[in-house]
Amino acid sequence: MPRFSLIRFRAVLKKEFIHIRRDRPSLIMAIAMPIAMLLLFGYAVNTDVEHLPTVVWDQAQSADSRAIIASLRNIQYLDPDYFVQGYQQIQSYLDSGRARVAVVIPPDFGKRLAGGEQASLQVLVDGSDPTVARAAMSAVQLLGLHKSLELQSWRLAGLSGAPNLAMPLAVETRVWYNPDMKSTVFNIPALIGLILQNVIAMLTSFSMVREKERGTMEQLVVTPIRSLELLLGKLLPFVLIGFVSLSLILAVGIFWFDVPPKGSLLLLILLATVFLFTILAIGLLISTVARTQLQAMQMTFVLILPSILLSGFIFPRETMPRLLQVVGGLVPLTYFLEIVRGIFLKGVGLEFLWQDTLALCAFAVVLLGLAAKKFKKNLD
Amino acid sequence: MAPAIDCQGLVKRFGSYTAVQGVTFQLPAGKIMGFVGPNGAGKTTIIRMLCGVLLPSEGRATVLGFDVRSQAEEIKQRIGYMSQKFSLYEDLTVQENLDFYAGVYGLHGETVRIRQGQVIDRIGLHERTGQPVAALSGGWKQRVALACSLLHAPQLLVLDEPTAGVDPVSRRVFWDLIRRLAAEGVTVLVSTHYMDEAATCDYLGFVFYGRLIAYGPPDEMKKREGKNNLDDLFIDYVQREASDDPRNRAVARGKN
Repeated sequence: MPRFSLIRFRAVLKKEFIHIRRDRPSLIMAIAMPIAMLLLFGYAVNTDVEHLPTVVWDQAQSADSRAIIASLRNIQYLDPDYFVQGYQQIQSYLDSGRARVAVVIPPDFGKRLAGGEQASLQVLVDGSDPTVARAAMSAVQLLGLHKSLELQSWRLAGLSGAPNLAMPLAVETRVWYNPDMKSTVFNIPALIGLILQNVIAMLTSFSMVREKERGTMEQLVVTPIRSLELLLGKLLPFVLIGFVSLSLILAVGIFWFDVPPKGSLLLLILLATVFLFTILAIGLLISTVARTQLQAMQMTFVLILPSILLSGFIFPRETMPRLLQVVGGLVPLTYFLEIVRGIFLKGVGLEFLWQDTLALCAFAVVLLGLAAKKFKKNLD
Repeated sequence: MAPAIDCQGLVKRFGSYTAVQGVTFQLPAGKIMGFVGPNGAGKTTIIRMLCGVLLPSEGRATVLGFDVRSQAEEIKQRIGYMSQKFSLYEDLTVQENLDFYAGVYGLHGETVRIRQGQVIDRIGLHERTGQPVAALSGGWKQRVALACSLLHAPQLLVLDEPTAGVDPVSRRVFWDLIRRLAAEGVTVLVSTHYMDEAATCDYLGFVFYGRLIAYGPPDEMKKREGKNNLDDLFIDYVQREASDDPRNRAVARGKN
């Protein structure tokens, strides 16, 4: 008698699909929320520094000074759009936030350059956002270095007509995987994991708690239904929804944000499925512990915070204190981020991702087992 | 014929609290038994043990010949259960609820259609099958719940305060149905607060502080204690059993 019954399983499955179809908010959450979140995060979590409004006090007003302003504009980081006279005006631009960077060119700029002396350039940076300040500073310094080397070689050439004017040392830098260092390329793949987790965990966590809250669980326990039949009947629709969400996020990421995966899309989907099961288990676990939908919602949020802060989604895990690294290691998303970034950015396969894959599988097995056990107890 | 329910010294403890202590009774098949007693007396706990949902701490009980400890699945397949708290899916239609419970009880093929037809006929749900349950009134919801619990033709019907908060007309309709089912051989165990309902049961059990303090046919019980109606009998039992209960002191003061 205690055998898995397809009839009972199918009955649950059918009922769950009707629930989902009738439950508009959940349906919207499953379809609209992933896209909305991806668009929001994709644009908002953008740490690229480009086109900073810049104010210029050109005291020299010479060809050289105009040349330097033009090169500033050319490096794309700064937009020297405002021209002023005097520090007071500069201060008002920086104070009001109309400009983030100020460049002051002294009156003797051209003269000193022509005379073979050292010319100086003053750059003031609004440091309230360190990321912005650092990027602006290094951009300007790089430009300065570049310019002086150019000038030096000109001067040397004029001095002796030496035959070899090549740099004594050329430092060539090259960025791998994300050569333009665009943050969307880094963020979009990670968002796939984060969004999938948030949406699916929340939807799943509601599924069982709803039966408890509405008192329908009481009726179910006196029927011959077995916990496995109920469990699978409830999970399967969410696996399906998870795939719909995943496809939507992938499509928006690839086609809208133009971040195509370098590696195998098939492997990505396969490993995303493993991750999906981990998330379903977490949702189910929440659902068996929570008594009301509100509690389930709160518990889901407890999961989301470490997922954003400790998983390496925003901050690199390597720089975290040991304890936080360990806590981050308990979040399944941490491993999925390694996987999804590895496939998207580096185009690597399982040969480099097997450890993370193994960790994710372990999470899936342990969590599903735990959820099933807890769930069974709940039903009996 | 073997009794439909056979309880021997059933005990249930939750931690240090004893909810049910030593309940013993036998209910013949095809009879209606009423459970009466104040709220929190342990009626629901006894019912849940008999349904195989709650494991007894001590004692033994068989339902329809199956042991509640080891054969809960067999019991669940053969009983129909309905509780005071309305527990169908409100967002599903009447028909969808019937379909779900037909599946849950493992009905398939032609049987589903036949049984559903019988139940819909009997309870008069014809015009309601397409309506969402949420749109029905309390009395109608109760009837749909009964319909769902009858789909698998149970031999025992367990009703936990089925008519609490239901209007008199619906109550009448409901009880007519129950009596007809009993006449067809279905055993019925029903808990209630209404003495008029209790009076028409074949057997009555008074539950008080987790104990079954009296059991038997209502007329016999009245005769035994020399009371004219069940209300008086009930209050008399309660006074004797717990003279320190605040409710009793209030009753006693009213008399003096």
